[in-house]
Amino acid sequence: MKAQRPASSRDRLRATLFGSGAPPGPTRPEFWRSPLRGPWLTSVFGLVLLFGIPVMFVTGLLSYAAYNPDLAAVNDQTPDKGWLGFYLFSWPTDPSWLYRLNQGVHVTLGVVLVPVLLAKLWSVIPKLFSWPPIRSVAHALERLSLLLLVGGALFEFVTGLLNVQLHYVFPGSFYTLHLYGAWVFIGAFAVHIAFRVPVMVRALRSRRLRTELRVPASATGPEPLDGTGLVSPRPAPATMSRRAALGTVGLGSLVLFAVTAGQSIGGSLRRTALLAPHGQEPGKGPNGFQINKTAAAVGIRPADIGPQWRLVVRGPGYENTLTRAQVLALPQHEAALPIACVEGWSTDDQHWAGVRLRDLALMAGFRGPAPEVFVESVERGGSFGSTVLRANQVRDPRSLLALRVNGADLSPDHGYPARIIVPANPGVHNTKWVTRLTFGASS
Amino acid sequence: MRRLPLTRLRDRYGASPLHLLLVLCSFALALYAGLKLLKGNPIAVALWFVGAALIHDLVLLPLYTLADRALQHLFPTPDSRTPQAGAGRVNYVRIPALVSLLLLVVWYPLILRRVPGYRVTTGLSADSFLGHWLLITAALFAGSGLCLLAGTVRRARGRKPPVHKR
Repeated sequence: MKAQRPASSRDRLRATLFGSGAPPGPTRPEFWRSPLRGPWLTSVFGLVLLFGIPVMFVTGLLSYAAYNPDLAAVNDQTPDKGWLGFYLFSWPTDPSWLYRLNQGVHVTLGVVLVPVLLAKLWSVIPKLFSWPPIRSVAHALERLSLLLLVGGALFEFVTGLLNVQLHYVFPGSFYTLHLYGAWVFIGAFAVHIAFRVPVMVRALRSRRLRTELRVPASATGPEPLDGTGLVSPRPAPATMSRRAALGTVGLGSLVLFAVTAGQSIGGSLRRTALLAPHGQEPGKGPNGFQINKTAAAVGIRPADIGPQWRLVVRGPGYENTLTRAQVLALPQHEAALPIACVEGWSTDDQHWAGVRLRDLALMAGFRGPAPEVFVESVERGGSFGSTVLRANQVRDPRSLLALRVNGADLSPDHGYPARIIVPANPGVHNTKWVTRLTFGASS
Repeated sequence: MRRLPLTRLRDRYGASPLHLLLVLCSFALALYAGLKLLKGNPIAVALWFVGAALIHDLVLLPLYTLADRALQHLFPTPDSRTPQAGAGRVNYVRIPALVSLLLLVVWYPLILRRVPGYRVTTGLSADSFLGHWLLITAALFAGSGLCLLAGTVRRARGRKPPVHKR
């Protein structure tokens, strides 16, 4: 980095270099008038993102692992992942709210960070137009890296926000775009941290937050002119204090949290999620909890789940076809488990009743520890008509082929005649309208 | 003498060799993931990615800056030498408007009913979001109005000549 010079000689240097060289308009530093812009303000937003973004990244990677994509091709929405799946592990079933928490944090935090991200971008806008556009090879590479950083960040936020609202306008599968986009972004993020953390620490130390929060708008002036290119050399009078600017961003985050978090917290707080996709209850009674996809949405016909419906249980050299009455006649067990979706919403524990998957494995001939199971639905098309559950999921005594919920038969929208429910499993892997279970097979 | 080539690199390159190594490392990772990202629909994905990088800086920022300038024109900030005369009045409109627009930017597909499959997929009504947003917006402006009123009252009291002077 360049040596620090006194501000005055630096200003003169700037004036000589930029004042005459840069074309009129945003490329001139004096075009930007806000007295609030400066390294301190940028660093406050940067500090929030420095902690928030890694949480987003890690919860995102965990969510991918929760699908057990390394277990079977049908579980993997991104089979091209290559080494990006290096960290995958067998997803646990304990605690049963693990996926609920993970996705609630991932999506809610993403929503809450939107104002901080936008404020950060606002605060560094003069840098986009800095003149000359390229000063050296290093500067050119850094700007390219910033394209990956800013493009990557907004690409991730936009695809995420659109996906949770079921607005599938992005060019491809959400899983592909969001996972690979995250990896394109994270490298640029790491580089940005490495280069900017020293600047951030210096800027944060330059003024105390508590002192700054006491300064009214009338006494708010620009930060000292420095080499960062963020401070306006021709500041307009402040219309707002830094406290008000930070407060506005904080208020934005708070309001977004208030109208969103209820869809992940559930219970009576769900109604507070006034703008979130799953802030209302779909109905009353035992089956009146959140639905990921209704029977109508995935083309379930009455005949598919009528009296002709059969459950086929298979193992090596074994096949048994059962009616619903026969499945009901098997030993029934209960489990209180939530439904949690990749989209961030979830339900409280529902009281499921049905046959333990490990009992069905025993029926299929597995006398020792139960193996994985290939689950098939009568669903037509769609990405999640079939899934493979790992052995640890099958062996958990709370993992059921559920027939009833909250004391009533499953409704068609919740998977009647029978559905999978496994603790801490992503919602789409709790397959509904199950028609065939093949134990010991991964496809 | 041993440091000389590095110094020369720094002069020509514009930063330390560590800078170059870090950037190249991140580019390699970005390329590895980026090739997978672009597979299938390379042009559209590239457009989305670059578009995402520019949408705030070249579209949103000019729009909200112009809107803000217009607002400031309506409620000009008084000269800084007389800060008491309603300084920052513009913020009582600016802040609730900003929060309301923020909600719209984040949740616009639901608020503006851009999701045709929402109802059939979730079994939930898509009709409530616009109404909720409008009511929240009303509440934000109402709250801001109360703050303005409280501030005006406080200032008016503060300006009264003190009765009991010690």
